[in-house]
Amino acid sequence: MKLAISCSGTTLDSPFDARFGRAAAFCVVDTDTGAWTAHANPALSATGGAGVQAAQLVAKLGAQSVVSGAYGPKAFDTLSAAGIAMLLAAGNEARSAADILALFQAGDLIQAGAPSHTGHHGG
Amino acid sequence: MRIVVASGKGGTGKTTVATSLALVAAEQDAVCFRDCDVEAPNAALFLHPVLDSHREVGILVPQVDAQTCTYCGTCAEVCQFHAIAVIGGKTLVFPDLCHGCGSCTLVCPEQAISERLAVLGVIDSGSTPEGIAFAQGVMNVGQPMAVPILRELKQWSPAIPPAACGEGARDIEIRDAPPGASCPVVETLRGADFVLLVTEPTPFGLHDLKQVAAIARDLGLPAGVVVNRDGIGDDAVGAWCAANDLPILLRIPMQRRIAEAIARGTSLVAAAPEYRSGFRDLLEDIISRVPA
Repeated sequence: MKLAISCSGTTLDSPFDARFGRAAAFCVVDTDTGAWTAHANPALSATGGAGVQAAQLVAKLGAQSVVSGAYGPKAFDTLSAAGIAMLLAAGNEARSAADILALFQAGDLIQAGAPSHTGHHGG
Repeated sequence: MRIVVASGKGGTGKTTVATSLALVAAEQDAVCFRDCDVEAPNAALFLHPVLDSHREVGILVPQVDAQTCTYCGTCAEVCQFHAIAVIGGKTLVFPDLCHGCGSCTLVCPEQAISERLAVLGVIDSGSTPEGIAFAQGVMNVGQPMAVPILRELKQWSPAIPPAACGEGARDIEIRDAPPGASCPVVETLRGADFVLLVTEPTPFGLHDLKQVAAIARDLGLPAGVVVNRDGIGDDAVGAWCAANDLPILLRIPMQRRIAEAIARGTSLVAAAPEYRSGFRDLLEDIISRVPA
């Protein structure tokens, strides 16, 4: 299974980024083999619609699940349409993408059932 | 003759100047007033128009026919605002990200996209007791985009033409600009003949004056300055205007009685009639500075 993790660098050691649309990068880990790739997030500098753009990237990378700290309404709709499970991890601790992967494998992450907030663009 | 009254900094007296200029001009000329501060229009407080016409305006946003759509994704690729995503066998449209450019409709190879009006605000219009044709844009609460409303407001033409009293009356349009120096201000300035920059003699007033003066210069528009609340702050505005060949056309001193009248909704020239001649000279000065 392919798992995408929002993070602020391009290695598994880089810090977990709790923002979805504005994360610097996504690490995509094959949870069966441990193989991973990292991908810069083009939505980082988007003027609007970052969540939609990041969700399309995650879908294109073939992830079936994603871990981030929060999902806006448009990111939620886009990831839902793609059938990607959205998992939540708190961003208030210094943790790496590898730490998040360990939490996932221990089954300690809960799934987001609704958008985390009402969005940043125009209310 | 299209005159835009702009400032950069909010609260410098744009509306005070724009409404008094309109009232003095209307004594002789046919005046059309457009309140372009669509986030908080307030010129009506001073001009007292009867607003008997109301029209909803907005942008055309896409709606996708699921039967015809083949999910090719061309629309999502062309959209610069990520307002469309084609994903998981669905085409998602996010109207609040859409800028209404119409590119998706244009490029859809299946003609599966039609457009519907997404309302962003209202244009209220009518006329004042002096016969000034008046219109204001009012943006709906929660909407982020003023420019589409401004485009409609600029195209509005009065049902009853403005009254022209004098012989040889000229057509004068006055636009009260929004504060700031971003897209709505640029849209208000576009197509104007002259920019009247209202500022106050403070560091903040000067900082924002420089920004809007630069926009006017980039648009190739002649400009002049009104210093409001003259006597406060310092003379940096005067020095900067002199160094940059920007004429100061009028100074309005800081006076408590003017502030009190404005707070009551009385125009400057009604509250202080001694300024009428100053505003009449200002109008003629502006007209003389616009190349024929």
